[in-house]
Amino acid sequence: MSGAANFRKDAVLRPESETDLAEAIASANSPLRIEGGGTRPVGRCAGKLLTTSGIAGITLYEPGALTMVAKAGTPLAEIAAALDAENQQLAFEPMDHRPLLGTDGTPTIGGVFAANVSGPRRIQCGAARDFLLGVRFVDGQGRILSNGGRVMKNVTGYDLVKLMAGNRGTLGVLSEVSFKVLPQPEATATVMLEGLDLRDAVKAMSAALGSPFDVAGAAHVQNKTVLRVEGFVASVTYRAQALSEKLGKFGAAKTLTNAEENTSLWQSVRDVTALGTYPAVWRLSLKPGDTESLFLKLRRLHDGFLGKTILDWGGGLVWLAADREMLMDMSMQAGPNDHCEPDMGVRVGHMNLQELAQDLGGHATLIKAPEEVWPHVNAFQPEPPPLAALSDGIRQKFDPRGVLNRGLMGGM
Amino acid sequence: MEMPKPNPKILARKAEFLAQLANILPPDAIISDPFETRAYECDALTAYKCPPLAAVLPSSTAEVADVLRLCHRMGVPVVPRGAGTSLAGGALPTADSVILGVARMNEVLETDYDNRFVRVQTGRTNLSVTRAVEEHGFFYAPDPSSQLACAIAGNIAMNSGGAHCLKYGVTTNNLMGVTMVLMDGTVAELGGAHLDAGGLDLLGVVCGSEGQLGVVTEATLRILHKPEGARPVLIGFDSNEVAGHCVSDIIKAGVLPVAIEFMDRPCIRATEAFAGAGYPDCEALLIVEVEGSEDEIDVQLGKISEIARTHNPVELRQSNSADESARIWLGRKSAFGAMGQINDYMCLDGTIPVSQLPYVLRRIGEMSAEFGLGVGNVFHAGDGNMHPLILFDANKPGDLEKCEAFGAEILKLCVEVGGCLTGEHGVGVEKRDLMSHQYAPEDLDIQMAIKDVFDPKWLLNPAKVFPLAASEPRRIAAE
Ligand SMILES: Cc1cc2nc3c(=O)[nH]c(=O)nc-3n(C[C@H](O)[C@@H](O)[C@H](O)COP(=O)(O)OP(=O)(O)OC[C@H]3O[C@@H](n4cnc5c(N)ncnc54)[C@H](O)[C@@H]3O)c2cc1C
Ligand SMILES: Cc1cc2nc3c(=O)[nH]c(=O)nc-3n(C[C@H](O)[C@H](O)[C@H](O)COP(=O)(O)OP(=O)(O)OC[C@H]3O[C@@H](n4cnc5c(N)ncnc54)[C@H](O)[C@@H]3O)c2cc1C
Repeated sequence: MSGAANFRKDAVLRPESETDLAEAIASANSPLRIEGGGTRPVGRCAGKLLTTSGIAGITLYEPGALTMVAKAGTPLAEIAAALDAENQQLAFEPMDHRPLLGTDGTPTIGGVFAANVSGPRRIQCGAARDFLLGVRFVDGQGRILSNGGRVMKNVTGYDLVKLMAGNRGTLGVLSEVSFKVLPQPEATATVMLEGLDLRDAVKAMSAALGSPFDVAGAAHVQNKTVLRVEGFVASVTYRAQALSEKLGKFGAAKTLTNAEENTSLWQSVRDVTALGTYPAVWRLSLKPGDTESLFLKLRRLHDGFLGKTILDWGGGLVWLAADREMLMDMSMQAGPNDHCEPDMGVRVGHMNLQELAQDLGGHATLIKAPEEVWPHVNAFQPEPPPLAALSDGIRQKFDPRGVLNRGLMGGM
Repeated sequence: MEMPKPNPKILARKAEFLAQLANILPPDAIISDPFETRAYECDALTAYKCPPLAAVLPSSTAEVADVLRLCHRMGVPVVPRGAGTSLAGGALPTADSVILGVARMNEVLETDYDNRFVRVQTGRTNLSVTRAVEEHGFFYAPDPSSQLACAIAGNIAMNSGGAHCLKYGVTTNNLMGVTMVLMDGTVAELGGAHLDAGGLDLLGVVCGSEGQLGVVTEATLRILHKPEGARPVLIGFDSNEVAGHCVSDIIKAGVLPVAIEFMDRPCIRATEAFAGAGYPDCEALLIVEVEGSEDEIDVQLGKISEIARTHNPVELRQSNSADESARIWLGRKSAFGAMGQINDYMCLDGTIPVSQLPYVLRRIGEMSAEFGLGVGNVFHAGDGNMHPLILFDANKPGDLEKCEAFGAEILKLCVEVGGCLTGEHGVGVEKRDLMSHQYAPEDLDIQMAIKDVFDPKWLLNPAKVFPLAASEPRRIAAE
């Protein structure tokens, strides 16, 4: 065991190469808890901490081919700086979870892909999973594996790249990722409508997204419905104008063209900054048109949800938050014998929201909760039986000993 | 092409199997006459043929499930089939298998313009998906050249691409959900009208799995509103290298064209002789198309032309009308036909990093001389997906073998420079044995482990994707 002594500092495993990572996992005789930067602790699992932060660095960057290859523990900031120097970007706009979760630490590129984190532009250009071209990873048996490559089009064999995107360290620990990047737009404008209720907001966003004007962001935050267009200056001006006209029936639209204002507006949408003060936050992915029936049913659970809702992805991504008072109210629903506590409120809310999401054919994830809640809940939407069987089967193959983030996504 | 030996036990039970099929399907959905099954003996890779035991054409997901349950019980291999346009032998039967064709399942089940998706049965052809939504101004983006004939079923199984995928992505980026029947008859719903998976991205694995994990019967597809317009510019260069740099500079400049197509001299000459599109006689030619309103198009084409001029083009022709656009596209669209006029050809599909374009083209030219076979290159340059067309004479003994050997060398070269064996056509039987050039044994093993989970008896689409030697232990264990 070459580097074992080096990376075993206290109880934390910090391998500094892919080979060390493989050794660390192969020799693990109890569960490991995989961490990139520790900024996205969604769900919990027990185990010795293994951090990828020692496996870092950009391996290859070809701006003319729109591709980058980086070790999984590379800080996102380093990637962003390298891209910025060439006027390029991660177009899927990964959210920074720190403002919402109150975490610190340095988000890693491996964590972004392992959690398939995508922001407002997802509806126009795809999710993190759509940009991931290739992976190297270590599975639960300590085998070093690879899939995909660094070219844009690749159908050679099964697409395990998609499987590794969003596996949250339950199938393997990413050691290197290659991904597609895109140019930064020359200009951005936001068409803004004010005072729409949630129902009309979704309608307005649908109308915008069903137009030929290539909308690259459609969100509803605190009474403002915002629609983003990007590209060359003249084109942005033209499309913002065309969009305002198209949305005339929803009211007079304002257009925001200032670059800094646009950046900070869409950053706050991406990071749902407005929800940072709430103790419990959920994220639901639904058919946009189903938000209407969601809101009707939500009212029965607690009407406090409605005022704080943030919609992204044209209404397909719903962020819900609960304050302490709401949690206390909801905890009553657990019955008179249970403790009337915020924790119980989160559990009641979570159960209800996952049921609602399931009825609507989507999914709900608990993103933020008081620490005491986690042992009692599965943050991720349980899968229906045939899919759960397939997912469990896959986990058995990738991690037969159950040493990687065991139980984090349910199953086993 | 080596295929596993047909299982004599299955061949011996053919009559019993057909009798059982007759209990679950109407008579006109079962084809077992040896003359009629010949229609299913191959796909568009016609070099390999084998009539199946039988072919079935179910009309519903429930019928598909019944057929699979029966085959599972009796141990009969199943080859799913869409329209049979695979260029990789993906739908090639074995003598002991049943072809399960979804061609009769071609309904549009739901169109939803507010939420921008359409749900169809997978036997529906690619182009007819767009036809079903275009009166509302929408379209389904992935557009393989075979779109008039190929089915969504095959598109999903192969993760097919098209000319416009530089901007809109390939099938997997436009597929939101499927209804899929597993080999044991279980019906599973993956994804839907919402975005992204709540758990593991199983849909992402199913897309591109070449019919080996389940039979896909319904699909939810993302649709988009059509752009206001589109126009190309044609740019000629006196070297491949310069053309390659121009592609890279266009991409770097932040223009995102919907298509960047590339043709080399042999291909330009052949298409000129065939279609007379008025192309310049030069070493390399690019067709770059952009979308938007008339003004937006002018701005983008202006930028592209500006970049092109820094590379001293021998020709630069910007389209200003629908008529001029059609003229520019004419040669490109007739390229395959033009090459076919000269001789038989084999179409390869490897992808390379864009930066390797000049080197790879030069090496292909050198190899062409070594093998004594002509080759023309026409391909999607923006994403590095090459389509070298190797010319050979099918009637000349040994020419096909020489052509296949040449093809294999080109594909190995693609892998060597950091690319892959296939960008959009799939592995099928054609590139099965080259897989070990791209993947280490354990990388293939983990892929096969996925098949173990979905299809533990290894009955779905036998002998595709993985080298036979690699899959043999699993196939034996499954028996
Ligand atoms: C205040 C605080 C308290 C915490 N308490 C607990 C606790 O009690 N129990 C507990 O289990 N965790 C706890 N965590 C979270 C823990 O640090 C991580 O294990 C957690 O799963 C997410 O890691 P991350 O956010 O750094 O990963 P990110 O880099 O943000 O990645 C997010 C997800 O991807 C996975 N991941 C990251 N990098 C890779 C990679 N290279 N390959 C594969 N998967 C990867 C992570 O496991 C995680 O699921 C806590 C974190 C904080 C900040
Ligand atoms: C002239 C020509 C041009 C082409 N151009 C392109 C192009 O531009 N881009 C491109 O990507 N491809 C292209 N192709 C290749 C081919 O058209 C595609 O691979 C297409 O997606 C195959 O669809 P199909 O319905 O014909 O499938 P088939 O040939 O019937 O089958 C293909 C594969 O799909 C599997 N399959 C079929 N139905 C199902 C199902 N219901 N469930 C699960 N698996 C199933 C089969 O088992 C097989 O492995 C071209 C082919 C031709 C002949």
